[in-house]
Amino acid sequence: MNAPLLAIEDLHVHFNTYAGTVRAVNGVSFEIRSGEMFGLVGESGCGKTVTGLAIMRAIPSPGRIMKGRIFFQGEDLITKSESEMRDIRGGRIAMIFQDPTASLNPVFTAGYQISLQITQHRHVSKKEAKQLAFDMFSEVGLPHAKSIYNTYPHELSGGMQQRVMIAMALASGAELLIADEPTTALDVTIQAQILALLSQLRESEGLTILLITHDLGVVAETCDRVAVTYDGHIVESGTVDDVLYQTKHPYTQGLLAALPDTVRHKQSLEVIKGSVPDGLHSVSGCSFHPRCPKVMDICLDQPPSLIIVGEKEHSASCYLYMEETA
Amino acid sequence: MTTVAPDLEIPIEDIKAGKRVTEYHLMWWAFRRDPLAVLSLVILLGFILGAIFAPNLTPYPEQGRGDPNLLEKFSPPNQGHLLGTDYLGRDVLTRILYGGRSSLAIGFLVVIVAVLIGVPLGAISGYYGGWIDNLVMRITDIFLAFPPLLLAIALASALGASFTNTMIAISFTWWPWYTRLVRAQTLSLRERYFIEAARSIGVPSWKIITSHVLPNVMTPVMVQATMDLGGAILVGAAVSFIGLGVQPPLADWGQMVSIGRIYFIERPWYAGSAGLAIFLVTLAFNLLGDAVRDAADPHTRRVVDVGR
Amino acid sequence: MFASSAGMLNRHQKQVHALDGIDLDIYEQETLGIVGESGCGKTTLGRTIIGLIAPTSGQILFDGQDLVNASKDAKKSFNREIQMVFQNPYTSFDPRFTIIKCVSEPLKIHTNLRGAALTKRARELLEQVGMPGEILHRYAHEFSGGQLQRIAIARALALNPKIIVLDEPTSALDVSVQAQIINLLQDLQRQFKLTYLFISHDLSVVQHISNRVTVMYLGKIVEQNTSEAIFEGQAHHPYTQALLSAMPSVVKELRRKQIILEGSVPDAANPPKGCNFHPRCPVAMPICSIAEPVLDNSGAGHPVACFVVNPIEKSTDEMIQ
Ligand SMILES: Nc1ncnc2c1ncn2[C@@H]1O[C@H](COP(=O)(O)OP(=O)(O)OP(=O)(O)O)[C@@H](O)[C@H]1O
Ligand SMILES: Nc1ncnc2c1ncn2[C@@H]1O[C@H](COP(=O)(O)OP(=O)(O)OP(=O)(O)O)[C@@H](O)[C@H]1O
Ligand SMILES: [Mg+2]
Ligand SMILES: [Mg+2]
Repeated sequence: MNAPLLAIEDLHVHFNTYAGTVRAVNGVSFEIRSGEMFGLVGESGCGKTVTGLAIMRAIPSPGRIMKGRIFFQGEDLITKSESEMRDIRGGRIAMIFQDPTASLNPVFTAGYQISLQITQHRHVSKKEAKQLAFDMFSEVGLPHAKSIYNTYPHELSGGMQQRVMIAMALASGAELLIADEPTTALDVTIQAQILALLSQLRESEGLTILLITHDLGVVAETCDRVAVTYDGHIVESGTVDDVLYQTKHPYTQGLLAALPDTVRHKQSLEVIKGSVPDGLHSVSGCSFHPRCPKVMDICLDQPPSLIIVGEKEHSASCYLYMEETA
Repeated sequence: MTTVAPDLEIPIEDIKAGKRVTEYHLMWWAFRRDPLAVLSLVILLGFILGAIFAPNLTPYPEQGRGDPNLLEKFSPPNQGHLLGTDYLGRDVLTRILYGGRSSLAIGFLVVIVAVLIGVPLGAISGYYGGWIDNLVMRITDIFLAFPPLLLAIALASALGASFTNTMIAISFTWWPWYTRLVRAQTLSLRERYFIEAARSIGVPSWKIITSHVLPNVMTPVMVQATMDLGGAILVGAAVSFIGLGVQPPLADWGQMVSIGRIYFIERPWYAGSAGLAIFLVTLAFNLLGDAVRDAADPHTRRVVDVGR
Repeated sequence: MFASSAGMLNRHQKQVHALDGIDLDIYEQETLGIVGESGCGKTTLGRTIIGLIAPTSGQILFDGQDLVNASKDAKKSFNREIQMVFQNPYTSFDPRFTIIKCVSEPLKIHTNLRGAALTKRARELLEQVGMPGEILHRYAHEFSGGQLQRIAIARALALNPKIIVLDEPTSALDVSVQAQIINLLQDLQRQFKLTYLFISHDLSVVQHISNRVTVMYLGKIVEQNTSEAIFEGQAHHPYTQALLSAMPSVVKELRRKQIILEGSVPDAANPPKGCNFHPRCPVAMPICSIAEPVLDNSGAGHPVACFVVNPIEKSTDEMIQ
């Protein structure tokens, strides 16, 4: 089995706002192996983006990493200095976002931005950088690389902008690509194009991808392994086949049952009652217990820890499975 | 650690418990933690109360109204006259308090008139669009082409120099800014679905403007108005400085600087204290405007780092 | 029984053909689903139906009466019958209005309810959508997206409408909340005999809730069929097929062979010549870049606008006529 490229251990990120402390990430642990596509899936506000930003050590202002370790190729990123992080950020680890328009500078051409990125992270001449940019543009399926090089971001469609972002990540030699909902703002047919591109890059370049999404369908079709987040921590993780088809955690089960394509036409859907907690009010015990259909007394006082519940490190944090092992 | 705020006035529990927390509560919450804003507010309240209660605060109300006191011409600051006396022997502090009446009144009246004309026009222009919008915008262009000072001079030479004419002249050139501001705000409000929802159930346009559009543009208008108070006072002072505004024996800061500058070298207290009053009030309004803007910005409130 | 049919709706100064020759019927108590990619004119269709925009040409018939050229009074009564729920629940409420003011706004315009009776009705509406009546005096920013969408539905129900246009009512919501809203909509439909026009870009949601599905591409209808038929393989238009195959699903049996379309939806301001879809179509023929296909039952037994599906001779004949 591959050594993990990235290992996160007990990560906590808090935001101090006027309303109180928001516990955005609350004890997240997972491992990503080299060359795999790892899905981080969960509902809005569960701390997926913040986890991604924490890996880049780019948490915005009132937020702080309170605790935890992030090992990238064996080195702890938390202990790195800011200048060391600058090399890693956008270099060995790149991140792309839901809204590519916001990530690209509107006053510079796509080509200028990618060349800048290349010269910052690689020791190459301007001419070589330009050639590399052309190569990357054709690599990500942008036709007419030369004319794309001279266009401004607003002249490109959403899907093409996202391709430019991916090209930039590749060009600076990223080993890990964190893709935060890269297709949420795009149409289904364009989403299919981008997901196909990511899968293909993984094969051809050996790129490792952390795919953040709220869409279980996307995970089912593209990822190898997956972690399900709820209220800032992982409730279930394992291979896609185990998590989606041998589901253990009641939350994951609820999410799957709520999907309209799993239920016959016009029948009513299974619902998870209530909504996701807001991170401001810590729920005692297991934070899913107020919404859980299988809640037991024990769930109310102590948060459960993530334990192995099946083959291939399939784990879940739920008391339903603790009794068996205990 | 940036700001450390010890006490949180609006705990989330209150919001959750359904206690009315309006935008204004949150603005006040953010405003109170800005020391410069609070200082500005104190200074302004000082000047405003001073102007209102001037007759009760000074032992020389008749001098404030303009009666000369020739025996004490140009006495330097002393116990009886904290800021000295002027060329007619009147107490300078009294004149500053009374001068505040006209200077502050010009500021407030100009802004009120500008808001009253500019805001409805902007809302109508932005809401209806089309030819109405075109017409209103062209009219604002015309008015914005007049420099306020020149218009005041022209009006004063045509109708005579007075407090009222100064105020009218300045308001004339001021309202179009509110029209533009409110129009832009209205255009962005129109993109929001609650306006569409109101239209789709047949709420008449005038009702949409008065109940949905106007209340929602009031925050930026308030910010702008606060900033403009300082600006209007400054222009009013400039008009009086060149002798076309408030006429003696009425007191006015601009007029006091204008007369006092002749004696400035030997008796700096006269023009100096009037100048300082203009400076303090204008600065305070600008700081206050900044603070209101920051307080009104939900982003500022959200990222306030309250430490641990 | 009523029908709404609109033809040749062209609007906007720059002459963007946001909708171009839309012809559709909605039957009482059915749910008609509209799917299509961003910018294909779904919202414009909804806004035209509720009278927020006037079509450049064409008509909309409600119970046989023309909505577009109706008198002012008639329009006001149509306002009661057709309501809309908007795409983004967060901007659907005036931030300065309490919930009771929002929900009772339509009642104040169209009914004589005032005071206690008005409050009672507002409470009742909120309870119908599963919100406690106590929230009446709170503000919109105190609620989550799913709760707001429930309140928006309550507001749409206030006047006992016949038709509700639902413009992507769940696209801003989480999956678990989306399921709550979809169930609620289905319950309300049964309870109040409602007719829905359900707009979405998410095929799986549309197939779940609709009786019939209309697929749009760049302002035009390309295929129309019952939702069972479309999702059980009766999709004939190459665009519908691509849309189906691109839809990610956790259900293994639903995973189809991926047809990856090239390029993106063209700009509505300058659509391609011939069939709008031909530049991306995997099975385009020479004729597709010259002539525009029309909706036709002959090839597949249900309306499809495609030269590949419908015998070419017939279509060209029609064109020549
Ligand atoms: N800058 C910030 N200031 C305060 N709180 C924040 C900030 N950024 C994120 N949070 C909070 O952190 C929590 C997790 O946010 P995050 O953006 O990671 O969620 P997410 O899982 O990515 O959700 P989504 O699917 O909506 O993108 C939320 O409760 C959010 O309110
Ligand atoms: N007010 C307007 N002025 C000019 N063009 C408009 C206007 N409103 C819509 N359009 C154009 O009409 C077309 C259809 O827009 P519409 O909003 O109906 O699409 P949609 O299918 O609802 O898309 P989405 O899924 O993004 O909501 C688009 O090309 C859009 O640019
Ligand atoms: Mg996110
Ligand atoms: Mg739309």
